[in-house]
Amino acid sequence: MSETGDRGRTDGDGPVLADDPSTDDTTDRATDGAAAGARPVLEEAGREDENALSSRPDAAAARRVAGNGVLATGRRWWRQLTSMRTALLLLFLLAVAAAPGSLLPQRNLNADKVDTYFTQHPTLAPAMDKAGLFDVYSSPWFAAIYLLLFVSLIGCLTPRIRVHLRALRRTPPDAPRALRRLRVHTEYASGSGAADAAEVARKALRGRRFRTVTRRHDDGTVTVSAEKGFLRETGNLLFHFSLVALLVGVAVGAGYGWHGGRLLMAGKDNAFCNNLQQYDEYSLGSRVSGGDLPPFCVTLDRFHAKFQDNGQPLAYSADVTYSPDGGSGGKRYKLEVNHPLRVDGASVYLVGNGYSPVFRYTDRYGQTQTVVSPFIPSDSNFTSDGVAIFPDANIDPKTGKRNVDLQMAFQGVFFPTVSKQGGHGSTFPGLRDPAVLLFAYRGNTGTDAGVPHSVYSLDQSQIQNKQLRQIGKNPKLLRPSTKCTAQSCWKLDDGTTVQFVGVQRWATIQVRHDPGERIVLVAGVALLLGLMGSLTIRRRRIWFRFTPDGSGSTVSAGGLARTEYAGFRAEFDRIVDAAGGPARPPDSGTPRGKD
Amino acid sequence: MYSSISDGLMVAAVLGYMLAMIGYAVEYAFGRQGVVARIAARKPRASRVLVTAGGDEVVETAADDTGDDDEPHRPIDAGRAAFIGRIALVVQTLAAAAHTACLVFRALAAHRVPWGNMYEYVLTACLIATVAWLVVAWRRPAVRHLGLFVSLVVAILLCVDAAKLYATAGPLVPALNSYWLVIHVSAMTVASGIFLVGFVTVALYLIQERREAWLAADRPLRFPLTLGDRLPASETLERLGFRIHALGFPIWTFGIMCGAIWAEHAWGRYWGWDPKETWSFIAWVVYAAYLHARATPSIRGRWSSWIAMLGWAVMLVNLFGVNLVVSGLHSYAGVG
Repeated sequence: MSETGDRGRTDGDGPVLADDPSTDDTTDRATDGAAAGARPVLEEAGREDENALSSRPDAAAARRVAGNGVLATGRRWWRQLTSMRTALLLLFLLAVAAAPGSLLPQRNLNADKVDTYFTQHPTLAPAMDKAGLFDVYSSPWFAAIYLLLFVSLIGCLTPRIRVHLRALRRTPPDAPRALRRLRVHTEYASGSGAADAAEVARKALRGRRFRTVTRRHDDGTVTVSAEKGFLRETGNLLFHFSLVALLVGVAVGAGYGWHGGRLLMAGKDNAFCNNLQQYDEYSLGSRVSGGDLPPFCVTLDRFHAKFQDNGQPLAYSADVTYSPDGGSGGKRYKLEVNHPLRVDGASVYLVGNGYSPVFRYTDRYGQTQTVVSPFIPSDSNFTSDGVAIFPDANIDPKTGKRNVDLQMAFQGVFFPTVSKQGGHGSTFPGLRDPAVLLFAYRGNTGTDAGVPHSVYSLDQSQIQNKQLRQIGKNPKLLRPSTKCTAQSCWKLDDGTTVQFVGVQRWATIQVRHDPGERIVLVAGVALLLGLMGSLTIRRRRIWFRFTPDGSGSTVSAGGLARTEYAGFRAEFDRIVDAAGGPARPPDSGTPRGKD
Repeated sequence: MYSSISDGLMVAAVLGYMLAMIGYAVEYAFGRQGVVARIAARKPRASRVLVTAGGDEVVETAADDTGDDDEPHRPIDAGRAAFIGRIALVVQTLAAAAHTACLVFRALAAHRVPWGNMYEYVLTACLIATVAWLVVAWRRPAVRHLGLFVSLVVAILLCVDAAKLYATAGPLVPALNSYWLVIHVSAMTVASGIFLVGFVTVALYLIQERREAWLAADRPLRFPLTLGDRLPASETLERLGFRIHALGFPIWTFGIMCGAIWAEHAWGRYWGWDPKETWSFIAWVVYAAYLHARATPSIRGRWSSWIAMLGWAVMLVNLFGVNLVVSGLHSYAGVG
């Protein structure tokens, strides 16, 4: 179908809302205006908005609000805000505003990268930080854009609910006088009387789920009016208000949700219980306090990793024991990457893993201490960095006095499979030939000062101020063994030894509770249903007029698709056919369009 | 074993597409629909030099493009060039069969769906595009010569894919090991393919719309606009473009939602502004803006179509920019 006459329409011509009451009397106007003016009115009514996603008052309409008072100014602004042009502008702003978050490092994704950016751009970074460029998605300007967009959306669509409800209750309007003026129309003669023929037509329309109404007129004519496709506007409204519901779900999650992360080493001694003290890092929603966390406990029993020969991981899984509600007794669970543990309304996810070399240090008094140090992987073959610190080393057992200058620290690089050429990277992520390259330090490690500091690296300030000194110049490569051999033990200059005993595994878990998830999911499904309704369903009207003619009747029928609908003529023909009309309409107005 | 068969079939498919491309080029140049025929049919008015895609200079004579009324109406699908075009179509179909077999063997080699890394993703997307084109070409011989552009794009993409993105067939990384891979990624691929077709339609609309405006103003036409000679009317193209996007948008929405559900299973949150998520969101917003603009009479047409073009640009950033440049949780490209 080709629609002419609408391309040239500008904002100034006045908007035709899909369900503006003014268009509902289209037919009346067509009836009255049987003269020259009727055609454009029909054209316009047939077009309206084409996908019903939205049709809003336009900007020009906003300018037309007269008056200078506060109220008029307010109304002008309100109409401007709820206009389609403003909504489009806000949509674009939203798209543009979302982009920098994927190009610049973000705190919520990777705080370390933000720190690196700060050291690389010392002058620029603080200014960017003030502008919220490292927290784009929680920045006030990003919030301003989407909140304005939602206000605009609600402002535009709330009135449409009322209009739509009214349209739902209304019976289809009576047939316009000049049905042949409609682009889709036909005329034929029927052998049965007006009332009988009308009943057949009504049944045909009812069978196709049209709402119908039959009207008998004083002059003996009978009209059947039918309308269908109200679900389009229902879908349209559902789609937009689902977006609002989705935002509510996100807000609920931000207010009442919480999450935390924790590196968990294997063994009962390292069991994790769900309270804030036990998290490495956590984040609470604004309406949650530490006491609201459900008190379950999780123990990592064993961690399994399988790799392909090329080093690509095949499967990670963690055997865990957990006790809901902090009770005793444990249930077993196999925690995997796509298989979280749901316990007490919270979810536990396996998000990372790595190796913990075990070191035993024998000090100058013959005392031994053992530490299990989680090392942090730095590449896909699990070349890992970490430290082993012995703050209680070299305490004289006779006096029990602590000498901070004799504390021991080892910085190391761990290779699950050490390179045969002696390179600086692991060649395979599994434990084929594990080794650790150790740098030994003696002196004040700075751990007693109580200043918080990363447990995965040495305090560089202590090394710089020479309180912590490296022993010897060269590091030493050790291979694990439970026996002290030349391979596994390193005898230091003061006769003390450090032994690489073995390797354990660790896993990082993420614990999360988000009560908004369910709202978001339901809103998402509703959104999709609404979207499909508003894009596929077409609202259309069909009229039949039966005029008595001897023993039979003359029938004229016409249809009006209120939105672009290529298949309307075919549907109309089928309905006319079912109502007893011609299989091929003799007078079918303009020919069918290409599509 | 299966893997090397797959690689061999890939080479066969690329060679087939290239052969088909040459055939289409012949038909495009010399066929009844072709450039040369059109030029020969025109009444000369002014000469200008046109540089074709091949780099050869063709002296084109701008002429009345309003009709080929002087030309006798021979059947479109006749002549030697059309014969070559038909052969090209058959060759392309065979190449698509090899392409399909290539993916099947890839799936057999890896024991999974063949879209686990970027190499396979591009391979699958190209097959979807080719099959979509073949359906059109078999049903409408009149547009067959346009297969030149389809086979050209597909051949280039596959060559880049084989040279730069190749990854050996293997099992998935643990994060991808989920049935959501089948649902989420296929929805995203299908939506991307639909948006690609939508982009082409809208681009052709913009050409045609400009061409119609220039014809109305009696201005001489130059290369991109002359493409419009054999295209449907701009109004038809515009409506088709909208319909295609209206089909792709819900699928894209569905794909994003599936991705969110999967993200909740795998990473513990349904949305985290990972770069891939961010750019899918941007694409969603831009296409939503297109659908809204389309519904606004004052900017429907040229403006709304440029928004759809922008949407496709965002899609490209999402596929190439985010996969190859930015690192994030969706870094499964298996490149480098």
